[in-house]
Amino acid sequence: MFVRRTLPLLVSAIFGVALILQFFVPHPASKNFYNMMLDWLIIVSAFTYLIAVQSTVELHVTKIKRKVEGWQYSIIVLVSLFVTAALGIFGGAFMPTTLWMKIFPSVKPSDTTPLMYTYLYMQMPMQSTIFSLLAFYMASAAFRSFRARSFDATLLLITAGIVTLGRVPLGEFIYKGLPDVVEWILKYPNMAAQRGILIGVQLGIIATSIKIILGIERKYLGGGK
Amino acid sequence: MKFINFINNLDKRWIYLVLALCIIIPFIFPVGFPMKTTPPVKSIYDFIEDSIPEGGVVLIGADYDPSTMAELHPMAKVIAAHALSNNLRVLFVTLYPQGAGMAQDAIDNVLREWNKSNPDNPKKLGKDITLLAYVPGVSAVVLKMGEDITQTFNEDGYGNKLSELEIMNGIKNYKDINLMVELAGSSVVLTWLIYANGRYGLKMGIGTTAVSAAEYYSYLQSKQAIGMLGGLKGAAEYEHLLGKKNVYGGRKDASIGMDAQSSAHIFFIILIILGNIAYFVKKKKEGK
Amino acid sequence: MAISTNIWIWIAALLTLAIYSFLYKDNPFYKFAEYLLVGISIGYGISVYWHNTIITKVFNPLVYDKNFLVLIPLILGLLMFSRFFKNVAYLSRIPIAFVVGAGTGLSVPSSFEFLFKQIYATMPLKLDVGSLIIVVGVISTLVYFFFSLEHKGFVGKVSKVGITFIMVAFGAAFGYTIMARVSLFIGRIQFLLSDWLGIIK
Repeated sequence: MFVRRTLPLLVSAIFGVALILQFFVPHPASKNFYNMMLDWLIIVSAFTYLIAVQSTVELHVTKIKRKVEGWQYSIIVLVSLFVTAALGIFGGAFMPTTLWMKIFPSVKPSDTTPLMYTYLYMQMPMQSTIFSLLAFYMASAAFRSFRARSFDATLLLITAGIVTLGRVPLGEFIYKGLPDVVEWILKYPNMAAQRGILIGVQLGIIATSIKIILGIERKYLGGGK
Repeated sequence: MKFINFINNLDKRWIYLVLALCIIIPFIFPVGFPMKTTPPVKSIYDFIEDSIPEGGVVLIGADYDPSTMAELHPMAKVIAAHALSNNLRVLFVTLYPQGAGMAQDAIDNVLREWNKSNPDNPKKLGKDITLLAYVPGVSAVVLKMGEDITQTFNEDGYGNKLSELEIMNGIKNYKDINLMVELAGSSVVLTWLIYANGRYGLKMGIGTTAVSAAEYYSYLQSKQAIGMLGGLKGAAEYEHLLGKKNVYGGRKDASIGMDAQSSAHIFFIILIILGNIAYFVKKKKEGK
Repeated sequence: MAISTNIWIWIAALLTLAIYSFLYKDNPFYKFAEYLLVGISIGYGISVYWHNTIITKVFNPLVYDKNFLVLIPLILGLLMFSRFFKNVAYLSRIPIAFVVGAGTGLSVPSSFEFLFKQIYATMPLKLDVGSLIIVVGVISTLVYFFFSLEHKGFVGKVSKVGITFIMVAFGAAFGYTIMARVSLFIGRIQFLLSDWLGIIK
């Protein structure tokens, strides 16, 4: 029970409080502690990514094992994952490894690594294209859903129209003062509301932080006993 | 009425096709409307141009991935090129593994283009520009850099010890960085502002996606950031400013997209207006 | 300029088109590209972690610099893997508690500082229309989101003003979002027309 529940809560409370106090204590010992904590955090964080990788691999392995519909695609995920990781680990991330240059004597240290080839010519085009699909969905939504149903919605649409037009050279060509109007909207009414939201969110974050340190908020520990 | 029915039953793939044409045609037949520079863009440009002495350091945060590269990648290239043109040193840093590839590509591109157009003033990786190794931990990394940059990363992204790199001469922490421009479309901008600017007083500018630009005006007004490049238009304005100096021959990725951007925006406005006409006509008819 | 003869550019172009084929309808080419992307991006992430983090921050300091202080966070980090073994899974809570606790401790003072800067910037230093709009906008927006008070009477009126400001802000953000989405597509068209087909410069 102690290791399962109390110890984690104690760990987070002790380090939380210690690092808050540290902020106010300029002593060199406090500074050393702070530096050590940052180093620790960096190294421990390194492992969180590997956990995420593990979960993805497990998901696709299960899909293949159970022959879930479309399981063949999971093979693509696993094969491409392992091939890319192997190329990256043995061939180097941004500079070819000595091992790679030994195997392929024609490779120079300034050459592009095999990993960067997969990044530049496969990942980059695919990922940016997938996100560019949003332009089409938005066009379809603009046509079907953005209706001036009420005063608020009308205000939203008018502002959107002014900003959309005023932020491109053609808008400036139509009316020379348009960019200044847009800049004014952004700097005053827009900024005021954005700041209101920002202050609200920050207050919420601070409240949650304090709850975590006090052990009131425990969701991050996950369920179970 | 026929027209209204047509609008209401239109297959969305026709809309997709027209949008694609709106963007492709201006590339083939460019018009090149002139454009004004907005103050937030100009203030970053002016700071790099006038307020950093030769040999000074610009830190560029490449905290984006291919999904937003269309907007942010041109910024990374043009700001790096601008800094090189003033003989400043450029350090790229990233808090995400995907950003490391982006930074590496930007560095590669800028160095190649720069050395092509300025053979008499060549720039070198490790001496004038480099990428700091990707290290996980986000806020811990930002804070640790405020204490000691070399100790935070140990090495550059290419596996060289930072302590042995010429570019790091005289750089210990944020105090030795003249300006940071953070390029991101996520809340990581806030992380940099809270920790690097707030706790260590690092002077910052922001380059962000158009989606986030409206939100970040709060940081401009509070002077936590000296300026901002918002979306492709922000990048185009910067390219335009640097273009006047005529020192860098790299492709103006953002500027050549501006005509397409203009025509697509007009198309969006027409879509919204048509959609609303159809809505009101239908509502009126049903009301009768 | 002419059509590219670089095989890698062709691969990139074909993968781009495979994804755009989804706009017509879902098909195996799109699915293939989608899953390939998942695998490649994780594989890429692992490689960068390996060279930039594991080697640089753990292996080299431990093996070459004999810095044994690295061992403590290393053990903490390895404890995370205990979650894959049912009977010791609870041990993974310790490193998580450390990351969350220390992270929050670091954030609290700086977040307060940040908040004060935002509030301070809201104070009107001079009396003009701009400063007035900012003060009224910030306060009324906050009132709108403050649900502990019933939005009636004066509070109701203020929150009405708040929603007006919020709509303008959302409108601005919406206009900007159109711009952002269009830019993403422009980026791809530029690649296809220039790098691949060589139609434009």
